Amino acid sequence: MTTIDPTRSRTDATTSPLIPISSRRAFLQISALAGGGLLIGMRPSTAVALSAQDAAALTAFIRIHPDSTVTITAQNPEIGQGIKTMLPMLIAEELDVAWSNITIEQADLDTDNFSGQFAGGSFATPMHYTPMRQAGATGRALLVAAAAEQWGVPATACETDAGMVHHRASGREAAYGDLATAAASQPVPDPESLTLKDPADFRIIGTRVPGIDNLKIVTGQPLYGIDTALPDMLYAVYEKCPVFGGKFVSANLEEVAGQPGVQHVLPLQGGDSLRGLLDGVAIVADNWWAAKSARERTLRANWSEGDTAAQSTESFATRAQQLNELAPQQTIHADGDPDAEYVTSEVIVEADYTYPFIAHSPLEPQNCTAHWHDGIMEIWAPSQTPESGRSLVAETLGLEETQVVVHLTRIGGGFGRRLSNDYMVEAAAIAHQLEVPVKLLWTREDDMRHDFYRPAGFHFFRGAIAADGMLTRWHDHFVTFGDGERFASSSSMGASEFPQRFVRNYRLDASMMPSGVPTGALRAPGSNGIAFAVQSFLDELAHASGQDPVQFRLRLLASGVGEIDRGMDGTRMIPVLEKVAENAGWGRELPDRTGMGVAFHYSHRGYFAEVVQATVSETGNVTVDEIWVVGDIGSQVINPLNAENQMQGATLDGISQALGQQITIAAGRAEQSNFHDYPLLRMSQAPPVNVELIISDNPPTGLGEPALPPAPPALCNAIFAATGQRVRSLPLVNHDLA
Amino acid sequence: MEITFTVNGESRTVDVVPDMPLLWVLRDELDLKGTKFGCGMAQCGACTVHVNGAPQRTCVLPASAVMGSEITTIEGLSDDGSHPVQRAWQELDVPQCGYCQAGQIMTAAWLIDQVGAPSDAQIDSAMNNICRCLTYRRIRAAVHRAADGTASEPAIAVEPGDRS
Repeated sequence: MTTIDPTRSRTDATTSPLIPISSRRAFLQISALAGGGLLIGMRPSTAVALSAQDAAALTAFIRIHPDSTVTITAQNPEIGQGIKTMLPMLIAEELDVAWSNITIEQADLDTDNFSGQFAGGSFATPMHYTPMRQAGATGRALLVAAAAEQWGVPATACETDAGMVHHRASGREAAYGDLATAAASQPVPDPESLTLKDPADFRIIGTRVPGIDNLKIVTGQPLYGIDTALPDMLYAVYEKCPVFGGKFVSANLEEVAGQPGVQHVLPLQGGDSLRGLLDGVAIVADNWWAAKSARERTLRANWSEGDTAAQSTESFATRAQQLNELAPQQTIHADGDPDAEYVTSEVIVEADYTYPFIAHSPLEPQNCTAHWHDGIMEIWAPSQTPESGRSLVAETLGLEETQVVVHLTRIGGGFGRRLSNDYMVEAAAIAHQLEVPVKLLWTREDDMRHDFYRPAGFHFFRGAIAADGMLTRWHDHFVTFGDGERFASSSSMGASEFPQRFVRNYRLDASMMPSGVPTGALRAPGSNGIAFAVQSFLDELAHASGQDPVQFRLRLLASGVGEIDRGMDGTRMIPVLEKVAENAGWGRELPDRTGMGVAFHYSHRGYFAEVVQATVSETGNVTVDEIWVVGDIGSQVINPLNAENQMQGATLDGISQALGQQITIAAGRAEQSNFHDYPLLRMSQAPPVNVELIISDNPPTGLGEPALPPAPPALCNAIFAATGQRVRSLPLVNHDLA
Repeated sequence: MEITFTVNGESRTVDVVPDMPLLWVLRDELDLKGTKFGCGMAQCGACTVHVNGAPQRTCVLPASAVMGSEITTIEGLSDDGSHPVQRAWQELDVPQCGYCQAGQIMTAAWLIDQVGAPSDAQIDSAMNNICRCLTYRRIRAAVHRAADGTASEPAIAVEPGDRS
C-alpha cells in the first residue's frame, strides 16, 4: 500500500507523483444491517480477500436504512476545509440519493477500514474523488440488481432517481429502503466495472452545499476537541522549557501541589525529538483555571537550556549572509550555465529576499483528552494525522498500537499545526499516570511559543534578461535550515521549482545552517515563502527590463521546454494569468500611491494567479483595496459554495502573513506570545476577494492551500507599483513605506 | 465563593474562586461549551457572550464581577438556529473551522440589536473578533443579511473552459 506522509514538504505535494491515483482501488464489502437495510464497507488494502471478510466486522461506511435514509461515515479529520461535507457528496451523487436524506457521522481512527485518514497537502480530492464515487456507485448497482431480481427484468432496464429504482417499461418502482435488505445478498461488482455518472448528470457534485455541521456550530453544540467532557475528568497544563528542547532540572513541585484545586504535579521526562514528548511539568487540577493559576502564580522551574539558547533571528540572518559568501553546499538543480560570461546587452539584477518564521495559530489552542483504562489508552484528539499520533503515543509509552484508540473530533483550525501530535503524546503521558480521564489544554502562549514554525528562508538571486526581453539566466542560492545533509522539516526546495524549464540557464543552490527551532508544514508549505521570493524577483526583472509584469510573465510561461513530469505546466497557467489580468482591469489608470501587483504560483496541483490592488498612504500605511483570484483545479468544482470560502480564506491568509506575522527568536525562544504581538488580519483590513475558477480537462484537485502563495508577492508587487519601493523581506510591518 | 447569576434565562449558582473567568465557569462548571477559549487576553473574541445585554469577552471577566447579571450565551440565542443571525450564518455558509463563530454571532446579534442595519464601517468597527480562517467577507455579508435581508448569495463564477 502506498504510504503518504502529509507532513512532508511541498516537494512531495507538488512535484513528485507520490500517489498512484489511477491505480487506487476501493475494495467494498456488503452485509445486511441488523433490523433491515444495507451496509457497505470499504477495505483500503489489496491484501485482504473479499471473501475472507466477516460482515459483522465491517465498518458502517454507508448504511441504507429501511426508511430510505442513508448514513455516511466521514472518514477524514475536519479542520475547516469542508471534507466532512465533500466526501459524502461524492458518495451520495453516485448512490443517487437526495442530499436531504443523508446523515453524516464522523469516523474514529480506523486503519483497518479506511485509508488516508489525514488532513493535509490538499490531498483529499485527488485521493478520494474516484474511490468515493465508486463506493456510491456500488451501492446503486446493488439496489438496482435487487430490484431487477424481484421484478424479473434486466438490471440494464432499470434506472434510479433520488433514492428510487424505476422500471419505466412496466411502471414499477421501489424505494431504496425497501430494496436494501435484498441488495445485501447481491454479488458485489468490481468497482472498476461500474460506469460512473457523466458529470453533465450530476445533481449534488457541483452544487452549493452548506457545511454539514453548520447548525451545530451556530448553536454552540460541543464538537471540538476542547469540548470533550468525561465523568471524573481532571484538567492539565504542561510547562516546558521556553528554549526549544530544553531539559528539566528542578522545580518547587511540593509548593505547586499545595495550591487550591491541584491534584497532581508530575514532572515528565521526554526525549530529544522536538516532535515527541519533551521534558516538562504537568499540573493536574479539578478545573483548568486552577491548573493554570498554580502554574502562573507558583511554579518556578529550572531548565538546562542547551545550545539552542545561543540562537536568534539575528544569528540566523548573519549566518545566512556568511553562507552566501561561500560556495553553496549543494546544487539542487542546474540547466545550462547561469555563470557564463555576460553579454553586454543583458540586463542583470541581483537581489536578496527573506521571510520570517511564522506560527500557525489555529484559534482552538492545542488540546487532547486521554483516559488510561483497562489497558487501553483512549484519546480524543483534534489531530490532522491521528495515525501518526497513535504510533507516537504507543512508541513513547511502550504500548502496542492496538492499545491506543483515537477518536476524531472537529478541529478548530489546522493550517498544518496539527500534523504534529506533541499535545497528544503529552496528554497520553499524563493520563498514563492517572486513573481518571485528563484534558490537557495549552494556553495561547504555549501554542505560539511551542509551534513547528513555517521556517524562515533566505534567497540570494541573480537573474538576467536578454535584449529581446526574455529571461536568460536565473540563479537562486537558497539558504535554509538543516544539518548539512538533510533539510529541516518543510525547509527544502524542489528541483523543478519555477522558473526551471522556463529559462535556459538555471541553477538552484542550497546551503543549510543548523537550528534548534522546530519547523514544519504550514498551509501551502514551502510555497508560502518561496512564491514571495520568486514572484517578487520576477517582478524586479520585468521592471528592470522595462516590461509589463503580466506580459513578461505570459512570455515566460510560453517558453517552457522539456517534459512536464514534475512541476508546472505553463500552458495551464497562461489562461489563468490572462483571466485574472482581465478581471482586475490590469493596466487601467489608478490614483496616486495606488498600484496593482500580480503573481502566480503552482502548488498542490492547483494553478493560481492573483492581482492585488493596494494603496500606500503618505505615512506609509498599507491598505489592500481589492483582490482578484483565478484558479484552475481541474474539470470539476465539487462544492462551489465551499470553494469560494476556501479561496477567499487562503488568499487573505497570505495577506495576513505578509502584513504583520513574524515569530522572532531571541536566546533560543520565541519572542511573540499572543495576538497582541502576533497580529492576525481583522475584518476592517479584509478587502473584497473576487474569485473565479477556470474549468479544464484535468483531474479535480484540492483547494485548501494553492490560493495562498500568490497573495504575499502580489501585494508586495502592488506596493512597488504604488510607491516604487521594492519589499524584499516580510512582514511589511518592518518597513517604512512613507 | 458562591456566585449567583442568570444564564440563558435560568438562575444558576456556582461555587468558584472569585477570579475564575466567566468563560471557565460557563465551560467547565456549567458545561456550556459553545463559548470558546482562544487567547485568554480579550484579543480574539471567541469567548464573547452578552452580559446584561452587552458583549463581553469572558476570558478576562472574573466570575465575581457578574454576580446578579443576566448572561446570554450562544446556546441561549436559540437552540434551533432560528435567530436571524444564526439563520444568516447558515444560509451564507459562513463557517470554515467554525471555532470563532459563536463569538462572531454574539457580537453581530448585539450590533444589530443596537443599530438595526449597520453600515460596513459600523460592522468593521464592532466586529473586531479574529477569524483565523479569514471568513470575514461572509461574516460581513451575513451581518447585512441578518439585519435587512438584502445581502445576496455569495457568487462564484465557474467558467466552462476549453476542453479540447
